[in-house]
Amino acid sequence: MAFKDFIFKKSLWLFHFGGASCNNCDIEILDCLTPRYDVERFGMQLVGSIRHADVLLVNGSINKKDKVRLLEIYHQAPKPILVVAIGACGCTGGIFAEGNTFAGPVDKIIPVDVYIPGCPPKPEAIIGGIVNLINKQPA
Amino acid sequence: MMGKPEDIIKDLKGIFSIDILDDSIKSETRASIQIAEKALPEISKYFHEDLHFRFIIASALESKRGFEIYYHFSDDQTGCVINLHVILPTENPEIESLTALFEAANWMEREMHELLGINFLNHPNLEKLISEGNWAEGVYPYRKNYE
Amino acid sequence: MSKPTIIPIGPYHPLQEEPELFKLYCDGEIVRDIKWETGYNHRGIEKLSESKTFDQVFFLVERVCGICSTSHPFAFANCMEEIAGVEVPDRAKYIRTIIGEMERIHSHLLWVGLAGHFLGYNTVFMWSWKYREPVLDLFEMITGNRNSYAMFKIGGVRRDIPDNMIPVMQKELDALKLKLNLLTGAVMDDPVIHARTKGVGILTREDIIDFAAVGPTARASGVAIDVRKDDPYAAYPLVNWKVITSEAGDVFAKTEVRLLEMYESVSIIEQCLEKLKKEKEGGIDVRVKNVPEGIGTGRAEAPRGEVFHFVITDGGYTPVRHKIRAPSYVNIATFKKSCVGQSISDATISLAAVDPCYCCTERMAMAYDYHTRIAMMGTADLLRMSREKTDNIRSSL
Repeated sequence: MAFKDFIFKKSLWLFHFGGASCNNCDIEILDCLTPRYDVERFGMQLVGSIRHADVLLVNGSINKKDKVRLLEIYHQAPKPILVVAIGACGCTGGIFAEGNTFAGPVDKIIPVDVYIPGCPPKPEAIIGGIVNLINKQPA
Repeated sequence: MMGKPEDIIKDLKGIFSIDILDDSIKSETRASIQIAEKALPEISKYFHEDLHFRFIIASALESKRGFEIYYHFSDDQTGCVINLHVILPTENPEIESLTALFEAANWMEREMHELLGINFLNHPNLEKLISEGNWAEGVYPYRKNYE
Repeated sequence: MSKPTIIPIGPYHPLQEEPELFKLYCDGEIVRDIKWETGYNHRGIEKLSESKTFDQVFFLVERVCGICSTSHPFAFANCMEEIAGVEVPDRAKYIRTIIGEMERIHSHLLWVGLAGHFLGYNTVFMWSWKYREPVLDLFEMITGNRNSYAMFKIGGVRRDIPDNMIPVMQKELDALKLKLNLLTGAVMDDPVIHARTKGVGILTREDIIDFAAVGPTARASGVAIDVRKDDPYAAYPLVNWKVITSEAGDVFAKTEVRLLEMYESVSIIEQCLEKLKKEKEGGIDVRVKNVPEGIGTGRAEAPRGEVFHFVITDGGYTPVRHKIRAPSYVNIATFKKSCVGQSISDATISLAAVDPCYCCTERMAMAYDYHTRIAMMGTADLLRMSREKTDNIRSSL
């Protein structure tokens, strides 16, 4: 087993970037960490700095002001990093795609590995996305 | 007891006779009063300090008549909402700031300045509130000619 | 005096509409000034709304804020019904009220949890979020979704609450009351929470009036404003309940107001369910064919305070101007009063006290200020300091 495969096997550390969202996805992500769903039992936890993270969670539509910050975050991230786009806005821009400050869905800005659609995705869907994520190793 | 919009408008006409241009009463608790722009600070002061109305927010838009601003005031005893309506000219719209009266107007005026380009006189800090760096100086996205 | 240290909070802690960056200018431990930057979450909703039909606007305003995803449609519905001159059937009023109050319960539970988290009480956080889940299950049962319910339309609601759901809801509410007792006891009787929140982040009556603050923030400072009482809408005048106020204006008072409000909400829902059993006439909506020209103001009491919508119509299918004012817009400005002069470790809880939709605990922490390139402390440091203070108090008690 290669070293990279080994480090992405268990205990993924997550960094959460909330773009111009409506908070629903943010809450559902947090909800996954609380007792009912409790993904922390797999060693997954939110960390305060992107420099400690294995996974970058991005939700919400990205506006022009966020775009600069998202790129900055992505450049600060230790590579390889897995990027997850959460929610309709993260995947496509959703209802805000026609807005005058919209700067393109997440995959137009940084490469995305896993998409979790839904408005907001249920915690079950997020856990399903996590399973996909564990099965998908970064190149 | 103040409370009914018709009483408020009657009193207002007594004090600021020439500055009240138009009024319309929609219901027991809703009314709009069009006022002269130069009288806005005095009338707002009257609402805020004498009648103890709470400033909710101001809504601005661009229309055929120029730039219109609705200042919404609420009486929390009776549930009455009064909209003070001013119309500013399309060329060089400017009006006195209300921030000196109540802090609540501070952010709203910055936002209107940024999105519609309305100038607020004597405002402490008219920096951009929302879009810093997003659109250029002199570009106002909520104006009709945007894009 | 030496150069002040700048401590950023944010930019990513989504407030009602706008996550924003707070910069605390500190001299040693004491916060001397606070500056804010917004716009990270600006989506141009007011502009977007002008391109959507009235029915579509409901789905848009629902996504102004995910936690208040009933309050915005509620205020918009009030607004449009004022323009169209429509009276909603009683059954629809009760259903609206039930949804609105359930949202208040889940939002307040969310806040109590996060407040605990900021103080270093992760037990409170986990508990209250666990107790929040049954409320979301009820939402899923009634509306089909855990958040963003799509229940409202002009003239009524989209879905009925059938009779077989009512006993399920009553059972869950009874269970919830016991859990609320437990949570209230845990929070209100804890000496450490008293020490951390009493006298912290005080807002006086005058501050509230100056900043025109609303909701629990105002009510905790003794200003009894509540749109549900002052300008009654939906079924609120048809049931018995009272406005909860407190006098102190500090973080503890705000916590107290929110905890006690949840009991009122449970009581309102129970009364509405009883009424729903009897009120069968009139259906759940009335047909509205077109919306005339006019202006309308609609208000609703969200968990965080008054939501205000202002719509101008011209007789067409879309709004000409749609202004939305979320409660945090005015409440956030009060930070200037509540934080200045406090120590840094109290700043997080003072900022959290107005419940600015602190729904994500993780924010982007850059190593330097984006514009001035001055070294700044990260959010993690701030949380650590807050928790250390709690530990110190705990060990000294």
